[in-house]
Amino acid sequence: MNSLTSIASILLAAILTNNMVLSKFLGICPFLGVSKKTGTAFSMSIAVTLVMVVATAVTWPIYTYILYPKYTYLETIVFILVIAAIVQLIEIVLKRYIKPVYQALGIYLPLITTNCAVLGITMLNITNEMNYLESLFNALGAGLGFMLAMILFAGVRGRIESSNIPEFMKGLPITLVSAALVSLSFLGFAGIGG
Amino acid sequence: MKKGNLEYVTNGLIKENPVLRLVLGTCPTLAVTTAAINGIGMGISATVVLICSNLVISLLRNVIPDKVRIPAFITIIAGFVSVVQMLVKAFLPSIDKALGIYLPLIVVNCIILARAEMFASKNPVLPSVLDGLGMGLGFTATLTLMGAIREILGAGTLFSLPVTANFISPMIIFLLPPGGFFVFGMLVAASNALAKRSGKKPVEHLGCESCPSRAACAEYSQDGVKEENGDE
Repeated sequence: MNSLTSIASILLAAILTNNMVLSKFLGICPFLGVSKKTGTAFSMSIAVTLVMVVATAVTWPIYTYILYPKYTYLETIVFILVIAAIVQLIEIVLKRYIKPVYQALGIYLPLITTNCAVLGITMLNITNEMNYLESLFNALGAGLGFMLAMILFAGVRGRIESSNIPEFMKGLPITLVSAALVSLSFLGFAGIGG
Repeated sequence: MKKGNLEYVTNGLIKENPVLRLVLGTCPTLAVTTAAINGIGMGISATVVLICSNLVISLLRNVIPDKVRIPAFITIIAGFVSVVQMLVKAFLPSIDKALGIYLPLIVVNCIILARAEMFASKNPVLPSVLDGLGMGLGFTATLTLMGAIREILGAGTLFSLPVTANFISPMIIFLLPPGGFFVFGMLVAASNALAKRSGKKPVEHLGCESCPSRAACAEYSQDGVKEENGDE
C-alpha cells in the first residue's frame, strides 16, 4: 500500500508539478515547433511517451548493474547511444509487426533521438536515485505530462493564430510569452505529489 | 568564398547568434539562466565542446560515411561532453551543482549538432574551429545577458552582488520557469526589432533549417503549413 501511494505521487508529480516542458524546459523544440493541430501534438506525444518508458526500462538496469559504481562517467555516452539504438529498434518492430501504429507514429520517431526530454528523463531517474518501478512510472508520468503540455499549447496556439498581435511580437516572441502564461498556470500545482 | 578569419568569429556573435538569430539550444537557454554565473558556466562548457567537436568532425569529414554521420557526430560530441562534465565536476563543483542534468544534456544541444552538420562537416579545420569559437561566444554572451536580466529582476543581485536588492523587493517570478519563457520572448522581440532596423528578416520560428532531423519534421509540420495558408 505504501509503495502504491508513493508511485501515485511520483506519477502526479511528473505530470503536473515537475512537468517536463513547463518546469524542466526539456523538449522545448517539439513544444514550440510542432504544428497547431491537436491531433499531431497527440501522436507526437504518444511516440515520446513510448520511447521514454522503453528507454528507461533499458537504461536503468544498464546503469545499475553495469556502469555503477566504476564506470559512472560513461553515463552520458552510453545513454545517448542506447536511446538512438532503441529508437531504431522500435521503428523496425513497429514497421514489421504493427503497421497501423507505425503509420501513425513512424514519422516522429527519428526526431526523438535528439529530443532532450528522453535523455533527460533517463538521467533524472538516476540522479533522483529511484528504484526500477519508480523510474518506469516517473518516465510514464513525464511522457503524459509532455502530452498534456503539448495538447494544451496546441490549443493556445490555435487561438494566437486568429488574434491581432502587435507587429514586433509576431512569431516566436508571442509564442514564448504565451508559453510563460501556460507555465504560470502550472505553478499552481506546486506541492501536489512530492 | 574567402572570408577573413575574424569574420568566422564575429559571425556567431552577432549576425548568426545561435540563440537569438538561429534559435537553437532553447532548452538550456531557458533552464540554466537563473543567474548570470550559470549562463557563463553553461556557455563556456558548450563552447569547449563545440570547438573540440568541430575540430574532430572537420578532420574526419572525408572519413565518416554519409549514411551514419549523425550517429557518428553524436558519439564524438558525447565523448567531449563527458570530458567537460568530469572537468567541471572536479574543478567547479558549485557550477556542476547549479547546472545539474543540463550539463550532460549538452549532447543533445542542437547548436552543436547543427554546427557539425552545417559547417564542420563541409569546411576545413581552421574555419571550423573559429566557427565553433564564434558560435560558443555568441551562446555564452546571450546566456549571460539573459542570466543577468533574470538575476537582477528576480533576486536583485548580479553575480551574487546586491544591485537593486536593497531598495526594490525582488520579483521571484523571474527566477521561476514562467520568467524564463517571458524574458526569452522579450529578448527575441528586441533582437527582431533590431534586425528589422538593419533590414534583416525577423525570426518567426524555431531554427528548423539547421536541425538535423528537419526532413522528418517538415513532413509532419506540412499539414500545419497548409492550414495556415488556408486561413488567409
